[in-house]
Amino acid sequence: MAKSYGRHKSHGHAPTGLKRWLFSTNHKDIGIMYLFFAGFGGIIGVLFSVLMRLELHEPGVTFLTWFVADGTVEQAAQFFNVLITAHGLIMVFFLVMPALIGGFANYFVPIMIGAPDMAFPRLNNISFWLLPPAFTLLLLSAFVGDGTIGVVGASGVGAGWTIYPPLSANISGASMDLAILSLHLAGASSILGAINFITTIFNMRAPGMTMHKMPLFVWSILVTAFLLLLALPVLAGAITMLLTDRNFGTTFFDPAGGGDPLLFQHLFWFFGHPEVYILILPGFGIISQIISTFSKKPIFGYLGMAYAMVSIGFIGFIVWAHHMYTVGLDVDLKAYFMIATMVIAVPTGIKIFSWIATMWGGSIEFKTPMLWAIGFIFLFTIGGVTGIIMASAGVDQPLHDTYYIVAHFHYTMALGSVFAIFAGFYYWMGKMSGRQYPEWAGKLHFWITFIGVNMVFFPQHFLGLAGMPRRYVDYPDAYTFWNQLSSYGSYITGAGVIFFLGLVIYIFTKGKKCPESPWGDHTETLEWTLTSPPPLHQFEVLPKIK
Amino acid sequence: MSGPSNHDYHLVEPSKWPVIGAISVFLMAIGGVFSLHDVPFVIYVFYAGITGLLLTFVGWWRDVVAEAQGGCHTPTVQIGLRYGMVLFIASEVMFFVVWFWAYFNAALFPAGNEAIGGVWPPQGIEVFDPWHIPFVNTLVLLLSGTTVTWAHHAMLEGNRKGLKLGLWCTVLLGILFTSLQAYEYSHAAFGFGGDIYGSTFFMATGFHGFHVIIGTVFLSVCLYRDYIGHFTPKQHFGFEAAAWYWHFVDVVWLFLFTSIYWWGSGI
Repeated sequence: MAKSYGRHKSHGHAPTGLKRWLFSTNHKDIGIMYLFFAGFGGIIGVLFSVLMRLELHEPGVTFLTWFVADGTVEQAAQFFNVLITAHGLIMVFFLVMPALIGGFANYFVPIMIGAPDMAFPRLNNISFWLLPPAFTLLLLSAFVGDGTIGVVGASGVGAGWTIYPPLSANISGASMDLAILSLHLAGASSILGAINFITTIFNMRAPGMTMHKMPLFVWSILVTAFLLLLALPVLAGAITMLLTDRNFGTTFFDPAGGGDPLLFQHLFWFFGHPEVYILILPGFGIISQIISTFSKKPIFGYLGMAYAMVSIGFIGFIVWAHHMYTVGLDVDLKAYFMIATMVIAVPTGIKIFSWIATMWGGSIEFKTPMLWAIGFIFLFTIGGVTGIIMASAGVDQPLHDTYYIVAHFHYTMALGSVFAIFAGFYYWMGKMSGRQYPEWAGKLHFWITFIGVNMVFFPQHFLGLAGMPRRYVDYPDAYTFWNQLSSYGSYITGAGVIFFLGLVIYIFTKGKKCPESPWGDHTETLEWTLTSPPPLHQFEVLPKIK
Repeated sequence: MSGPSNHDYHLVEPSKWPVIGAISVFLMAIGGVFSLHDVPFVIYVFYAGITGLLLTFVGWWRDVVAEAQGGCHTPTVQIGLRYGMVLFIASEVMFFVVWFWAYFNAALFPAGNEAIGGVWPPQGIEVFDPWHIPFVNTLVLLLSGTTVTWAHHAMLEGNRKGLKLGLWCTVLLGILFTSLQAYEYSHAAFGFGGDIYGSTFFMATGFHGFHVIIGTVFLSVCLYRDYIGHFTPKQHFGFEAAAWYWHFVDVVWLFLFTSIYWWGSGI
């Protein structure tokens, strides 16, 4: 694909200033707004996590007491619970989803299928603009008490990101209601985005771009969009019940009125399990593109890779109660959910082994995106393996709600999804901004982060196996060593984030101009046939795919 | 509409409505939550938000209609709109799944649930007779499903009079349904809060009723658009979307009727 499609001037007038950004109907501009928004959300989320690790640096409640008004341990503990809740919700809804789906997918899915824009450009814009209000509501929920702005965290939502009743139904004040409406808005944003992506991918592929020729990143977004479309309305319904239980006297989750708190857990995880695949599938797509580019080989087992994602998406809907092994499920149900969960290892294994087979015999170039991609494979595999361990209902009994699960899902998300975000950032930064990062700095950022996050989360396996419960502000002395190591890892990771922010500023101000295809002639996808950055509307003459 | 184009896609001009809509729902959320918690005067923030949202609906869809009339909706774009509507309805289906899930969670396994006396319908709850108003409402909605199909076929044959008549019937039947439902609600022998029967009954049928109202408005807009000559036998996707939505609402009702009103009445 040597022919350049981006060279000719786009006709029509290019909007500028506020009109360009506030009223945007351009998938690339909206994608960039999403990426900046995700960066902002990510910084707040990281900040909260470092505060948590500072508190857990040593036994006793010694640090968060500085932040609360009356300095009591009770208030500090409440603030800790607010931090874990906000950290979880922010990282899921305001970092990973906006970055991977809103950012990279918005920018590159239309380009990769040879389309000039998304199917519904206006809808695309409201998908983005619903997020700042949602984020504001969530931040308010962390700090708002009974109708007034209270002391920091005093009556914020400390129910954990899973907001289980009865706790979430009984938090007094407005904070929980604000969090619920925040999730409503973020959910609406994602549903509209999902409709947009599916329609774009089904209806706007360039001539010759059949489904079985689409890049794997596009496949991953297609599957993700279906999960969003079908899972998020379930969350919306569940939190609507919570809202009416709290404010209008319904008793969906209140046994005193014939309701059932477990109903919420079922509904939440019927959404929640597809949700965690929503967070990782786009990462699978990005990693596939990068592994192929830097191994200078087409991806191994393309169709198997595509349909592995389809089956992961499907199975994701029928495994939800493996999050609920300790609630007293019937043993037959547990057996079913255990087997169904373990089945996911098959398509996931297909993906891992196909990535390795792609690298096998390839002429591998260890550029920064490739380092992040290989890091992703290594770390995601660890997270996947601990997942299989906990899929076993019996083994999960002692591990449930310990730091083992915290370690597990951070290996898949913090070291999976976030590594995919950084891999995508270094892979596409030059294309999006027209300016390339310095290779040494990207590699240094990788190694700082790689060492940092492993130091944070690997010791948490040991803490969990030793029985340390999650979501707790304090711990016995026996857990001190691994907790301290984990906290030091968090400081290293935080330093990595600061280095990264400096690097971003450097790229924007002093970065070298990026050519059309900085990765050589082995790239297979259409974005590398365009200028860097691409024109306002690419493909005004549709490309023909062989 | 920006100059000659080499493809069949519709590249939309910048629009102010998404931002206005997003700010409006933010005001609704803030105003709504704080007025629930007795902060004075914030209810007006909620009202401002809902006004902005309604303005957004009107302004946004007026733009879409103008673009359709201006020839932006090529056959390719129309296929995209079809996908969009089908997917939207799919997500709505999943939303209703939740309410049925909550209902069956309580209704299928009453044994051991002390608060409801271990039976369904719960002890002390006097339910509606499914064969009175609920059955009439079933017939009303089924009939409206046929009248909207009558309108559709009239449209395809260029029979404008049949189209108007069919749509008028559908809209009036929709209003009749809502009125009967309101009448039934006002005569309910059980309350909204305090027990699981009222919670599931009113939330499930209430969300359905809300969708009936939306569908009725959608069809009314189509009726108006027909009077001002927007539809042709070849291009009338707005009407088809309304009809699909109406059928979806109809099907949800059939499930509500059979599971909540009929099976759940214990008769």
